Amino acid sequence: MADSNISEAMKAAVGTETSRSTSYPISESDIRKWAMAVYWPDKAPAVFTDPAAAAKTVHGRLVAPEEFNPFAWAAAKNELLLTGGLPSRMVNDPDSSERALGIEGPGLKFMLNGGMICEYGVRMGVGDVITGTNSVGEYSEREGRLGLMLFSRGVSTWVNQNGELVRRTTNTLIRY
Amino acid sequence: MNSSSAPSIPASAISRIQVGDQLQPFIRRTDFDNWNRYAAVNDEFLPHSMNDEAARREGFPKAFGMGNLQWSYVHSLLRAFIGPDGSILRVDVQFRNPNLREQTVTAHGTVTGIDGTTVSIDLWTQEDEGARLAVGKALVSLPSG
Repeated sequence: MADSNISEAMKAAVGTETSRSTSYPISESDIRKWAMAVYWPDKAPAVFTDPAAAAKTVHGRLVAPEEFNPFAWAAAKNELLLTGGLPSRMVNDPDSSERALGIEGPGLKFMLNGGMICEYGVRMGVGDVITGTNSVGEYSEREGRLGLMLFSRGVSTWVNQNGELVRRTTNTLIRY
Repeated sequence: MNSSSAPSIPASAISRIQVGDQLQPFIRRTDFDNWNRYAAVNDEFLPHSMNDEAARREGFPKAFGMGNLQWSYVHSLLRAFIGPDGSILRVDVQFRNPNLREQTVTAHGTVTGIDGTTVSIDLWTQEDEGARLAVGKALVSLPSG
């Protein structure tokens, strides 16, 4: 077993901005379907499905659940901010973040969502266009029940078309 | 079993909230039917959430659900507490155990602090036997009226 899966190249990459994406305008249907999936089998709250109900809230319009992802399936624009990135070897490649940086990843086979920290700003609503910038966060590791586990963080900052902060998320990916 | 998901705003008046108050739990029995719906909106078709055999190849006893969906369940818990005019300011959640197929997941919250209209909440999700799947904290803001 390796003593460490964190290479010098990985340490040096912390803080690097890797990509930026711009969403398509958020639609009523996007919000409605998200809420229906999350609340299923109950009905989604009317504030996410009915513009008239949403208009009575402080938002005055249909806004998305806070955790809504406007980049699911497709984005209007995806920009790689680095050159020299390597192609991923497979769908759901655990090394995809390092390969995007042009460095070799640790080659671990599996990955899990370790957790998230999210600070919220203004809500996302119908017609909004969100721009998200992704950067490399800290790496750490420790022994777990599945062996030596690598914890890597990714920081994602989203702003809307007015430049207002929508949310800043730190995701922790566990690889083993 | 599922809880009422309507944001009934039981605690939207900040003056009625006390430290130690429990949020109305958000409950979902979880299986492929939940996860497939979520995968369809988040384009999150992970093999270990799609079939048991893929999860076993990763060292788990059966298929398990997306952390992102538990994240949504925690937000649904908070939304029901703050009502449509409240705000979620910050959420911090760590996933501790997989949400295995056929488990009933319950999201809980306890009020730990109140500062003006800002409320601190301890969060967790647990399965049928009481084991915690995710733990965390949140800061929310309630309408002052």
